[in-house]
Amino acid sequence: MTVTGTVTVRLKEGVLDPQGQTIRRALEQMGYTELGSVRTGKTFEITMDAPDIATAQTRLQEMSAKLLANPVVETFAVEVHA
Amino acid sequence: MRVGIVTFPGSNCDYDAFAAFRHVLGCPVEFLWHADPDLKDVDCVILPGGFSFGDYLRAGAIARFSPVMKSVIAFAETGGLVWGICNGFQVLLEAGLLPGAMRKNASLRFVCDWVRLRVENVKTPFTRGCRPGQILRMPIAHAEGNYYADTEVLGELERTGRVVLRYVNADGVPARAANPNGSRHSIAGIVNAQGNVMGMMPHPERAVEAILGSADGLALFGSLLGVGVAGSGTEIGPGRPAERRARV
Repeated sequence: MTVTGTVTVRLKEGVLDPQGQTIRRALEQMGYTELGSVRTGKTFEITMDAPDIATAQTRLQEMSAKLLANPVVETFAVEVHA
Repeated sequence: MRVGIVTFPGSNCDYDAFAAFRHVLGCPVEFLWHADPDLKDVDCVILPGGFSFGDYLRAGAIARFSPVMKSVIAFAETGGLVWGICNGFQVLLEAGLLPGAMRKNASLRFVCDWVRLRVENVKTPFTRGCRPGQILRMPIAHAEGNYYADTEVLGELERTGRVVLRYVNADGVPARAANPNGSRHSIAGIVNAQGNVMGMMPHPERAVEAILGSADGLALFGSLLGVGVAGSGTEIGPGRPAERRARV
């Protein structure tokens, strides 16, 4: 079957995110003064063939750990939809 | 010594490195192609600067899985000399041959400038011809040179002398204003535990002749090739004459 996976990559907590800080400052200047922090990340929409959801989940997990995220500074989450 | 320079799609300092080794130092050089695992029996592999695979995903992340990198990793693991410059440093980090990762510059800008580097360890194959604390002037040109490693890894790097090059000010002291990208501990270059793999963000291959504004890069190239290099390595910048030349 064809399934769709969404991989979300985020910077680890404690890793400085200068892009996020800059965006936060811009939002503040626009009047959104209620902000705590802004952290940036990436999402990947991936379609693939898989015998079942669990296999797709395992494969995407592997791809994320190997290439999509850098475990030194990033974490990732995988979601699979039929 | 025979040197191999890897060309990835998007490498743009491969010919600068070639010119430094071949034309300035008279060293035999081979080009190595990213899709070909053959290292052509070279003694040292250079991963040059540039934007391999367009810096897509993360700088160096895709190049790290090139066929040639399988051979480079095996070569490094058996003690082969590997030197990553700028994008090459990013590839080495992604490949896990060196610890840590690069973040975007703290300024969020691509920084193209001259920096001063202090040589912190002269016991590596890349710096053995330098004096301890020698100051080298060379250019940088990168958007992701903001070196990061967690505090534990940084502590280990510092304790074991693996921070080889640090950004410093005119007094030779690390300072916030002299750190061009926000890298932790003002780190510009590090080596692996065995000392055979070095990564650095500045471009020594762009500082090998007086006409380029500095010839201080020769201190590193000379170290690698075992060639003496004259001069003190201070106060050379764009527009200033440099007297030093490699004694080949």
